[in-house]
Amino acid sequence: MADVLVGVVVFPGSNCDHDTEYAVASFEGVKPVMLWHNEHDLKGAQAIILPGGFSYGDYLRAGSIARFSPIMQEVIEFARKGFPVLGICNGFQVLLESGLLEGALSRNRDKKFLCTQTSIKPVNCSTIFTSRYKEDDVLTIPIAHGEGNYFAPDEVIESLEEHDQIAFKYTDSLGEVTEAANPNGSLKNIAGIINRQGNVLGLMPHPERASEKLLGSVDGRALFESLFMHIAGV
Amino acid sequence: MPYTAKIKVTLRRSILDVQGKAVEHALKNLGYGTVESVRIGKYIEVTINEEEQLQAERIANEISQKLLSNPVMENYSLELELVK
Repeated sequence: MADVLVGVVVFPGSNCDHDTEYAVASFEGVKPVMLWHNEHDLKGAQAIILPGGFSYGDYLRAGSIARFSPIMQEVIEFARKGFPVLGICNGFQVLLESGLLEGALSRNRDKKFLCTQTSIKPVNCSTIFTSRYKEDDVLTIPIAHGEGNYFAPDEVIESLEEHDQIAFKYTDSLGEVTEAANPNGSLKNIAGIINRQGNVLGLMPHPERASEKLLGSVDGRALFESLFMHIAGV
Repeated sequence: MPYTAKIKVTLRRSILDVQGKAVEHALKNLGYGTVESVRIGKYIEVTINEEEQLQAERIANEISQKLLSNPVMENYSLELELVK
């Protein structure tokens, strides 16, 4: 069987691109392919990952300039056709700016840049990104961001809930969704959301940084595994 | 005939402005007890080379909505000036 090809977009200022490449390459039968922001060619990728970092220096607003880069025009088209797109951290910010996901991320409630382990739980395990999780799982996955405070107007939040589009929430270590467990002030403790069609996921936590024992957690692996198994048709 | 669009982008009232809060606390610590609140926004100048003022204004509005502000959490206002 041919390898599953996964595109990892590299913007100027991306800094989790190689971590993501490394995590992707650790799965058998999966090959990462790096995609430079100035290109229009997705090089046959079957899924696209927008990695973390500070694309274009986060000038103006996080993700706002990356959203208009040449490669993003292809990624938006790719997503609109129903192919899988995953945005991690800055990648999530880019997805929101591009309109593929709804809402916005503003500065963390407590002003601090947060670089720490968090507990999150999958809320909807029937997506192509979360099928390998169980709803009572409590995952240990790190965050590293200054602007991860998810905001959306009331009607958008209601619609996200109604259509099962909240993918992950911040919880305490027992899996309870509490205000104290909310690291950045996100509405409803939202850590990640998926689009209505179910092919575009954005999340602030970094699954690629929780993909090997040495890193302190392997809880992010099942996210990649869910996606790659979906593509391979397993 | 170039015009300068002077664009102000501000966070919507419903969005917590943590940067403004930090500056507000600093001002209070400096003894300015009558300072009630601080909100921080962005000021952007864009020079647009158009003959017609209406066309320059249309472009200034379009770029403000498309890139310079994020309508989910920000508002913008603009003034247009003829560059002499």
